Amino acid sequence: MSVLQEISSDVRNMKQMENFVLFRRTNEIKEELRRGVRKSYREVIDVSWGDPHRAGVKPLSFVRQVLAACLYPELMDGDKLMVDVKQRAQRLLGTCAGGSVGSYCATAGIPQILQSISQYIMRRDGGVPCHPENIYISPGSQWALTNILKVLVNSEASPRTGVLIPVPCHSTTIISLTTLGAVAVPYYLREERGWALEMEELQRALDSAKGVCNPVALYMINPGNPAGYVQSRKSIQEVIRFAAEKKLFLLADEVYQDCVYGKESEFVSYKRALAEIGAPLSDSVELASFHTASKGLMGECGLRTGYVELVNLDPAVMKHINNLFSTNSCPILGQIALDVMVNPPQPGDPSYPLYLKETQHIRASLAQNVRRVEEVINSFPDFSCQPLEGGAFAFPRLFLPPKAIERAKEAGLQPDTFYCLRLLEEAGVLFSPGTEYGQKEGTYHIRFCIMTPTDTMEEILRRLSAFHEQFMKEFS
Amino acid sequence: LFQCSVKKVNGQEIGLNNNSKNKMSQEAVNGVPCRGKVLTVENMNPNVKRVEYAVRGPIVQRAVQIEKELREGVKKPFTEVIKANIGDAQAMGQRPITFFRQVLALCSYPELLEDNKFPEDAKQRARRILDACGGHSIGAYSASQGIECIRQDVARYIEKRDGGISSSPDNIYLSTGASDAIVTILKLLVCGEGRDRTGVMISIPQYPLYSAALADLAAVQINYYLDEDNCWSLNVAELKRALNEAKQHCKPRVLCIINPGNPTVGQVQSRQCIEDVIRFAKEEHLFLMADEVYQDNVYAEGCKFHSFKKVLFEMGPEYSSTVEMASFHSTSKCYMGECGFRGGYMEVINMDPEVKAQLTKLVSVRLCPPVPGQALLDLVVNPPQPDEPSYTSFMKERTAVLAALAEKARLTEEIFNTVPGITCNPVQGAMYTFPRITLPPKAIDKAKAEGKVPDMFYCMKLLEEEGICLVPGSGFGQKDGTFHFRMTILPPTEKLKVVLQKIRDFHLRFTNEFS
Repeated sequence: MSVLQEISSDVRNMKQMENFVLFRRTNEIKEELRRGVRKSYREVIDVSWGDPHRAGVKPLSFVRQVLAACLYPELMDGDKLMVDVKQRAQRLLGTCAGGSVGSYCATAGIPQILQSISQYIMRRDGGVPCHPENIYISPGSQWALTNILKVLVNSEASPRTGVLIPVPCHSTTIISLTTLGAVAVPYYLREERGWALEMEELQRALDSAKGVCNPVALYMINPGNPAGYVQSRKSIQEVIRFAAEKKLFLLADEVYQDCVYGKESEFVSYKRALAEIGAPLSDSVELASFHTASKGLMGECGLRTGYVELVNLDPAVMKHINNLFSTNSCPILGQIALDVMVNPPQPGDPSYPLYLKETQHIRASLAQNVRRVEEVINSFPDFSCQPLEGGAFAFPRLFLPPKAIERAKEAGLQPDTFYCLRLLEEAGVLFSPGTEYGQKEGTYHIRFCIMTPTDTMEEILRRLSAFHEQFMKEFS
Repeated sequence: LFQCSVKKVNGQEIGLNNNSKNKMSQEAVNGVPCRGKVLTVENMNPNVKRVEYAVRGPIVQRAVQIEKELREGVKKPFTEVIKANIGDAQAMGQRPITFFRQVLALCSYPELLEDNKFPEDAKQRARRILDACGGHSIGAYSASQGIECIRQDVARYIEKRDGGISSSPDNIYLSTGASDAIVTILKLLVCGEGRDRTGVMISIPQYPLYSAALADLAAVQINYYLDEDNCWSLNVAELKRALNEAKQHCKPRVLCIINPGNPTVGQVQSRQCIEDVIRFAKEEHLFLMADEVYQDNVYAEGCKFHSFKKVLFEMGPEYSSTVEMASFHSTSKCYMGECGFRGGYMEVINMDPEVKAQLTKLVSVRLCPPVPGQALLDLVVNPPQPDEPSYTSFMKERTAVLAALAEKARLTEEIFNTVPGITCNPVQGAMYTFPRITLPPKAIDKAKAEGKVPDMFYCMKLLEEEGICLVPGSGFGQKDGTFHFRMTILPPTEKLKVVLQKIRDFHLRFTNEFS
């Protein structure tokens, strides 16, 4: 009899990611293709992750050259590498204990890199002060978010701690929350208005928590994931005032802040908006803001490095947060990538021309993809896509015919999961189903990454269009 | 201002002056009215308040402050702080293994594959790793359990290590350092309420990651004492004692053992001892967590590392098909010393398939471990072979590192054992020494008067007077009334000699001052 029949109920109750059945089938199909089984496609295009490199986007040369030089400093002898690469690598190696990327660093991260990040934040926010002591680098922004949630969520409290989360919301946050013993309190974004956040809806959500849990925090994603909105300054300030009034801790997931492409859109950080509101709110509203090396133009997901900036927290609580972060160190290579992210090559630097070329290419591809995705998806009567303003995904709505929904239910699947499975099987394209992220009852969506090379996106859209027509016909 | 927080060691509260102030937030303490913070020390998760990690705790924070003061030109009796608190070999000057860094550079910037300065075996490994990465980039997420071909290589390494006992890649989970895997297993296992709350047995002294994780998870910590007078060996009678006592207030389900030991000088448990532990675990239905991150660090004469898995399987099917276990390894220690990459893995043995499915689900939430760390792990388990171009230089570097460590271990033991009041067990492996120090009663009183734990008082004084940062034994746990400190033996040999002499001189001074 197994010792482990009893395991943590929080883990047992953790929802299996909806994607799991899709991943499993993807691996099987890849294996079948390897064995030479004939299909209408030769490879599976996986755009289910926010992972540009996986989708074919090339890493930025400058950051990779700096990483290589830091890993193997002998590379800097000779002329293979540009002067600014060498200078950056040397400077960064100088910030590492023993001059090596193999050493541990201080709890919050390498101090000089924390300094660079704080300067970046100040520049980004038009001069709003930023103190490096309030920044913690971690093995991925999710890790930092989990730590902050850990501090906020008292699993023994009665009533249980509640956290307001948007619908749709990316799944790992919801799972982290509930595994910690918190209650997720959903507030629905208004799809028809470009996924706008409506204050009445926030209020309704808060009211719904009465008697169920004790809401202590409000989690926002801006720019959105999976939905591709960028919040306006006005909306952000309304949310801040709401949080102040209702005594909520603000969790601002801003990892896509470098992915803004909507013509009318501008990223305004929660911190900046808070500062612009002025005292007393600017000195008191507690905020945690998250960023990462994984998204944006660098897209270095595999390095697993992100950071959190904590604003207006009680110093006594900060001490405990420090203890919590001290138990696991952050990868050094990721911190080096962060330094490059917040301090990229500048005009006049030898590496600048190539850096500019590469980043412009990625931006142009993204803009093109956005245009094409909106065009193609909106050309179908039963498929619609809100304007894509920011982030790395499209999250179009599927209007599934009743027969398809019925068939899905028979198969024991959510209708959008069913659609995605069929899309995978027949067209070799892997998307994720809206069920994964939450959606209004009776609506269905799919999510896919739009940070891909343009020809990959064309291929995706071609396969999707052909499949979609076929599928809709089949179930009409 | 808040000082080091309250800590419970061996059930005793080692209190500090701010006990009552714990209840008030910073501003209230200062008399400034609280601006009604949403998140305060009173309403935050109480488990987090209990989390401490001595290795980076208050003494290190003071060391960092002193370094800052030195940079600002403040005059001190020393010109640098020697951080002998954390097992960070490269920070102390140990060189990384060239081959590993070459492959990682190739993986980071594949254009270098055209460069003929890199050996062919390095290029081959880089290509293989890149082929297994999404988009051929180490910047893509990997599968959450870790890149498959790397798990296969790990399984092969384990089989080789254990004389052919089979290992399945499906039972291998790559992780963000061994710490991540350890915490994940604990997260999985800790459950129950009140008297049924999971109890986890950990050795005293222990590596404080365990106590921090148990505090965070609100698990019950069950302490079993290693025998200092017998080279920190483990004995089953002590395990039984601890278990029986614990049964009264919790449900013991896990037994953690660190072998080779930390902080206990990499003491290697004997084969017999390991068998006894396995038998005990079977009898008492305990899940075994074998922290073996120092397995390649054993250098003492006559000492041999025995993997728990190997011993388990050699005990026959009655044990090998029933005892449930996880074993942990990492790229941070041993001759690699690559702490900054956060590479590691665990192998789970005899885990119930349904529970394993839960484990797989649990790791999927944190996406994946850092890919460079996975790549590095691949190289550690798949180093240059005798017929490959990089073999000679690889072996030379590896041997040099281990030899240097062995020499430093010897030197440390030699010098410390000449000091009356310092007793040092032979360092069998790992990278630490954990000597016992005798503190005069007057010193103990002075410490208590200042609200400090005596060995913290000692270590703080050493830091202030000599600029040497150690971790007091109280951070790891120790038998009541005994005091220790943990020091790494990593500084370069000449510097180490100086450090050892300074500690010797300090100890004599200290003893004198408080006699």
